[in-house]
Amino acid sequence: MSSREKIMEKIKGSLRKKRTVHTSDEERRQAVLTRISEHPRGVIPASASLPKQDLLLQFSKKVQASEASFKLVKSYAKAAKEIMSYLQRHNLPPSIRMGSDYRLEKLVWEGVPPQLRYGPSDGQDLVCVSHAQGGVSETGTLVLTSGPENPTSLNFLPENHIVLLRKKDLQNSYENSWKALRAQYADEKLPRTVNMITGPSRSADIEQTLILGAHGPLRLHVIVIEGKK
Amino acid sequence: MKVSSPDFKNIASQALEDKQLQSALFHVRNNFTTKRTKARHDLPEFDALRDSARAIKDHTLAHLDFYLDHYEKKVIENGGKVHWAADAAEARGIIMDICRKTNARTVTKGKSMISEEIGLNEFLEANSIVPVETDLGEYIIQLRGENPSHIIAPAVHLNIDQVRDEFRKKHSHLSPNRPMVEPQTLLSEARQVLREKFLTADLGITGANFLVAETGSSLIVTNEGNGDLTQTLPRVHVVLASIEKIVPTLEDLAQITRVLARSATGQEMTVYSTLSTGPRRKQDVDGPEEYHVVLLDNGRSSMLGTEFAEMLRCIRCGACMNHCPVYQAVGGHAYGWVYPGPMGAVLTPSLIGVEQAGHLPNASTFCGRCEAVCPMHIPLPKMMRSWREREFEQHLEPAGHRRNLKLWAWFAKHRTLYRMVTSLAARMMAIRGGSSKRIKKLPMAEGWTKHRIMPAPEGATFMKLYKRRLRKGR
Repeated sequence: MSSREKIMEKIKGSLRKKRTVHTSDEERRQAVLTRISEHPRGVIPASASLPKQDLLLQFSKKVQASEASFKLVKSYAKAAKEIMSYLQRHNLPPSIRMGSDYRLEKLVWEGVPPQLRYGPSDGQDLVCVSHAQGGVSETGTLVLTSGPENPTSLNFLPENHIVLLRKKDLQNSYENSWKALRAQYADEKLPRTVNMITGPSRSADIEQTLILGAHGPLRLHVIVIEGKK
Repeated sequence: MKVSSPDFKNIASQALEDKQLQSALFHVRNNFTTKRTKARHDLPEFDALRDSARAIKDHTLAHLDFYLDHYEKKVIENGGKVHWAADAAEARGIIMDICRKTNARTVTKGKSMISEEIGLNEFLEANSIVPVETDLGEYIIQLRGENPSHIIAPAVHLNIDQVRDEFRKKHSHLSPNRPMVEPQTLLSEARQVLREKFLTADLGITGANFLVAETGSSLIVTNEGNGDLTQTLPRVHVVLASIEKIVPTLEDLAQITRVLARSATGQEMTVYSTLSTGPRRKQDVDGPEEYHVVLLDNGRSSMLGTEFAEMLRCIRCGACMNHCPVYQAVGGHAYGWVYPGPMGAVLTPSLIGVEQAGHLPNASTFCGRCEAVCPMHIPLPKMMRSWREREFEQHLEPAGHRRNLKLWAWFAKHRTLYRMVTSLAARMMAIRGGSSKRIKKLPMAEGWTKHRIMPAPEGATFMKLYKRRLRKGR
């Protein structure tokens, strides 16, 4: 008997022994399939049930509470300007790595454009720019998915991570964020990685003192694009 | 991992005398508890979410076989592999086999208690594979050759001077005169040293906070991002998880994560919550080429049929130990194995036997704080009581206990004598207490008064007061 069979047999035996199971195996199997296909929602807190018009304010507050910085702009052109201004503010060289997301092509650079590099990070990048799939205002969380559009390594290797997000992709709760993900990946196959990011990297492992910039980014800058362009 | 649980009493006594440890434990007493209280009060629906989380786990455990089956199917559909391990030795063997087949020499690791449970690091080292812990706390204790003393803050027993000394000793390639005053400097140094390891490792091993049956995903939560570098950069990603980590759907996951971080660190959400589903896809430019899941049983399927089944709801937040007066006083190492505090006192006897871990459920004041703060409503004191009963039934307790209990039972059955002796004792204790009404040293109970002050009895015994009241009533 394989270990798989042994473990399964033990589980079934234990459940029978405890009489925790009053239903037949077939009924239990059906219960599992039903729960998975219906994926019912549980308790949704009031803080995760705000109406659409209140999400931006809640999101910006929560993002800043998580030690990340926040900027609202009208267009991708303005977002490009904000990125350049961020580099200047932090005295960083005009050099950026990003993925092939079509929305990032809408960044219009004024004057001398920064040096742009594409593809996964090799750990040498100071600044990476990603485009988020969504945001959860409940906790100020960014939702990023893996792929050539936004390689996962860009989320963790640079010291500075700049993330763009369209205002219309904001959701009030995790539950609605799953709904958006499911709509996008209709075949039920999630991308290899779904990153939910709330603030820059940190550690409190030395005497419980909170320090930013553990293994991931030291700074996280969130730029929300309000307009259609 | 060496088990020192049978020596609990000695190690705990030493811990109480250890000034450095006591100053480090101050942080547990203060920070964790204050932050959790605030987070709990900031979310009015917290208790409703706890009930919801408990119901989800109870449902999952009652259907565990079918959820595991569905989960496995989904992992395979996504291009991953699932390996089943009945015990620790089998899990180690499976991981070794994956290392051999993928030609892996260095392994980075995200924090995983299951890895501690199966003693993976020693085993890999013995097989010429270099394991590198990447969580800062785990990294520090790996350098020191220690075990974690807390399930979410493994190095909580150390102070900054000890970390600094260790870094000076082990990071010998750096200048010995470098300034290392601030915690920030130490963190940057660890970041620099470990960055190199991340970029060169062949294989990454992470634990899993949850396994989602619906999608075949593993979820890890970290604040540092070390788990993500571990599961993104190497060629191979191995998830090491025990069978009870399953939740049915993403919706269920959201319910439980809402209480997890709040109970653990007092955060609303951990910085990085990451779902990993299979290896990298055809078009992907990064991510591992192989994705393996090692599902460990190691005694859990047997717990399912016992009075300890509810322990399988545990989501390893650490709130029970943070709020435990015993843990706060002696720290985690005294518990002598992987899991300390109240959850360890229940889980350890289940996993390694009550013969070895019988002291742990006895090291409790039954104050009930652990159960009160547990986000999964696990009745920890009740289960510790069950372990005490089992220990007694199996005659495992020290001989003195049984003798004293017999003596007490004999007295209790002889009422007149019992009342005479207790009222005499009460009077003598009152005299001993003197004007301060406090007893600092009590003969035959020195062990108790060594760390506590006994309030002296005042006035008459309960029975005398009771009789007096009865007379008055007439």
